[in-house]
Formats: sequence, structure tokens, C-alpha cells
Amino acid sequence: MAAVSLDHALVLAAILFAIGFAGLLTRRNLIVVLACIEIMLNAAGLAFVAAGARWGQADGQVMFLFVLAMAAAEVAVGLAIAIRFRQSVKSLDIDDADKMRG
Amino acid sequence: MTALFYIAAVVAVLSTLMVVTRRHLVHALLYLVISLFAVAVVFYTLGAPFVAALEVIVYAGAIMMLFLFAVMLLNLQADSPLRVPRTAWVGPAILVAILLAEMIYGLTMETQPLAGAEVGPQAVSEALYGPYVLGVELASMLLLAALIGARHVAARTSDEEDAAASMERGRAAAGTPSSAQSPAAEEGDA
Repeated sequence: MAAVSLDHALVLAAILFAIGFAGLLTRRNLIVVLACIEIMLNAAGLAFVAAGARWGQADGQVMFLFVLAMAAAEVAVGLAIAIRFRQSVKSLDIDDADKMRG
Repeated sequence: MTALFYIAAVVAVLSTLMVVTRRHLVHALLYLVISLFAVAVVFYTLGAPFVAALEVIVYAGAIMMLFLFAVMLLNLQADSPLRVPRTAWVGPAILVAILLAEMIYGLTMETQPLAGAEVGPQAVSEALYGPYVLGVELASMLLLAALIGARHVAARTSDEEDAAASMERGRAAAGTPSSAQSPAAEEGDA
């Protein structure tokens, strides 16, 4: 029974990752795109923790901590880029960023 | 504990769907907070209480605070009115009430984690500062690089400062009365 639930935790991680990925592909707002990347990273961390719980080891949780640090770094730089983007392009629509001009 | 897991999983999927489908940016971010809370409950049922606490503190606390700060800095009122309709709180309130009931149940009842034995903070810390200590150092350097990089990207470049300064001078030469308060406005923009 327990093993079945842990498999279901991996299924939950896959569902959350898929939702985040669908949002990443369909939404055009830069902030929402960053939030979808956060959802996908969180789902990957959930898969790590579920696998670690399956074997009763702490390694999965350690990996989640690294995912957490990476997500924090990514969102800090991403939001800084969003602020610059808003200043230069005057919108948050990522489709407006289609011109490779300096 | 199995029931707790499945209820929290349903809440997580529902709130994540709301994040992707909401048109209003602040609504999407608040649903994202609920999604992170639900995943924290899932971590708890999996026997990882330390990671569950970190999920709430770092993800739902610090990272979502960064998002809300960015929304405030971007000053989005012009794009979308930030007025929240009166019925907007119903969906999040129901989802959070489910999570609260689960949390009270998990704290008061004697529950067994799904994996059989929970891996507590002590085991995680021993692994983190034992075999993974190099990873901790790398994570600290990554965060420092992100800090400096974010400051560098978000700060105004020297070209823009020159342009702003020359505009200032031009305005002062023309004797525009608004030149006195324009530095404050520029600061607000930055």
C-alpha cells in the first residue's frame, strides 16, 4: 500500500510538471512564465523527495534543498530581467521580445 | 495518512491549474502560494517534515515575496486594475480550509508516514554537511552570483544615467519648473 502511494507521488509530480509546462508554453506574461518555471522546479523537487522517502534515505531531501537554492537564484535573476524588460520594451508580453536588437 | 496525501494532491493539482488559467496576475500568484502549501502537506505525508517546513518558509515565503515585490516594482496598475472582485476569495479560502483541516488532523492524530519511517532534520543535516558539503558550498556561490547578477541586471546602466543627467541639464537650462522634483521621480522609477 505504501509503495503504491509513493508511486502516486511520482504521478503527482508528473502532473504538476505537465501543468507547469503547459502554462509555460501558453501564457505570454513574463511573470506567469517565471511562476510556471517555479511549478516545474517544485515538481522535480517533489519527485526527488518521493524517491528519497521510498528508500528511506536523506539524499532526496538534500537534492530538494539544492533545487530550492537554484530556484531562488533563478527567480531573483529572472525578475531582475523582467524589470529591465518592462523598462525597455514597455510591456511584459514575451512575444514582444522577438527583435534581436541591442 | 494515505487519505491526507490524496486530498493534498488534489488541492495541489487544482490550485496549480488555477495558476495557469487565471488571467489576473496577482490571483495567479496567490493560487501559486496555495499550490506550494499543498505540496508542503504532501512532503509531510511522505515523511519529510524538514523539507515541508522549508517549502513553506523559502518557497511560499521568500520566493513568493520576491514575485509580489516585482509586481509592485513593475507598477502594473496601468495594464490590469488591481482591484480584487468581492467573490475572488472564495476559491482560495476553500482550498486553504481543506489544507488547514488536514494540518490539524495530522498534528492531533498519531499518523504514520507513507514510507514507514520519517527522515527527520538530523538525518538530512548529517547528509548535507557530510558527503554533500561541496554541494552546499556551490549553492552558496550560486546564490552570491545570483545576488550580484540580479543587482547588476536591475540597476540602471551608466549610459542611462548619462542620458538622464543630460536631460536634467537640458531641463535646468530651459528653466522648466518641474526640474526640482524630477530626481525624486527618477528614483521612484529605478
